[in-house]
Amino acid sequence: MEINGMEAIVRNHPLFKGLDEGFVETMAGCAKNAVFKPGSYVFHEGDDADDIYLIREGRVALEIAAPGHGRMVFQTVTTGGVLGLSWLVPPYTWRFDAHVRDAPGNSLRAVVIDATCLREKCERDPVLGYAVMKRFMPALVERLHDTRVQMLDLYRAKD
Amino acid sequence: MPKIDARPAPQSDPHADPMVPVLGRVLARRQDLSDIVSLDVEVDGWQGFAPGQFNMLSVFGVGEVPISISGPMSDRTRIVHTIRDVGAVSHALARMGPGAIMGLRGPYGMPWPVARARGRDVVVVAGGLGLAPVRPVLYHILENRDDFGKVTLLYGARSPKDILFASELSDWRGRLDLGVEVTVDRADASWHGHVGVVTALLRGADFDPAKTTAFVCGPEVMMRFAAGGLVDAGVAATEVFVSMERNMQCGIGLCGHCQLGPVFVCKDGPVFDWATMKPLMSVKEL
Repeated sequence: MEINGMEAIVRNHPLFKGLDEGFVETMAGCAKNAVFKPGSYVFHEGDDADDIYLIREGRVALEIAAPGHGRMVFQTVTTGGVLGLSWLVPPYTWRFDAHVRDAPGNSLRAVVIDATCLREKCERDPVLGYAVMKRFMPALVERLHDTRVQMLDLYRAKD
Repeated sequence: MPKIDARPAPQSDPHADPMVPVLGRVLARRQDLSDIVSLDVEVDGWQGFAPGQFNMLSVFGVGEVPISISGPMSDRTRIVHTIRDVGAVSHALARMGPGAIMGLRGPYGMPWPVARARGRDVVVVAGGLGLAPVRPVLYHILENRDDFGKVTLLYGARSPKDILFASELSDWRGRLDLGVEVTVDRADASWHGHVGVVTALLRGADFDPAKTTAFVCGPEVMMRFAAGGLVDAGVAATEVFVSMERNMQCGIGLCGHCQLGPVFVCKDGPVFDWATMKPLMSVKEL
């Protein structure tokens, strides 16, 4: 029952819409639900990137802490988004902190996919591996594009 | 009630010289942000405007600039202009207080086609000062709320202290019949909202692409990506509208400075549909 419920959740997440049913089953087999309280951390910089977080509801801030600067939020990820892509590439460690926004009612609900489990399955089944890459690469490219646009500082007054 | 997509006649006598302004008197001044000011201006016989139109505002002895009208169409007692202090003329305008006199020609330009959006979902995407030219659309929608489907405003600013009309946005967020999401490019420790580009907000917005009309206003790069994002989401390119701002100097299609390929931004725009503007925007140095 739990796996069937998880299949439906995986199938309906925007990242996996239209995914082959066999792959949905495989992903669901590595997945579980999780809830993170407002103000808590999903992971910290330097932690092992052994999980993938598909945001079902809520908002999480991506932060980097630096002496003299405090905690600097450079992006937020919200409902329907995917948190964390560092699990894709070695050394599989997170490069920032993921901080659940501290606002009333802003618990973060996520599907957590065991990235170690998924990586092993992708190694054994390259067809699955390619299907997974095709799903996550657009998110990676989009994140890169958004970051570049942010860097352009478009709203400043023209010189 | 006049059709709001029709353009009201400019205030100047069409038989006289169209470059001669009428006089406008400043009624009130508001400091919106450190470099942005809103002026309420009174003009005798003002016949109103359509959202998206602009006036040519002149400071005698200094010069003339095009400034969008940012107030409600329903109030004909005053014309609201929101001005960024960035050049000689805008600096002079921004320093004006109640009682000051300016020159005014207009209103000019093709407006946002709000009537076309009746019965449809509406998505407004604005960035920075771009919220000002599109604010009259929101006023009109809220004054006629039952005429429209789901309405969403997505607004991006440089930082929390650069959020334009913050108090109004906060009031609008409190409404149950309007979706408002605000994001900033750079956050400080006091900011608990979205951080990132405004186009990222599109992915979580609630609208039916097949029956959505979108109005997009802000820096050109932002408009390109926002319009592209809307089309990728399934909104027809003919239902996405952008407001251009390119070197308008006469406002009436005479000087040619704002020519953009086959169109004049002042006369054929500043509002264009994305299907028309996309190929022109992609020509570098045009």
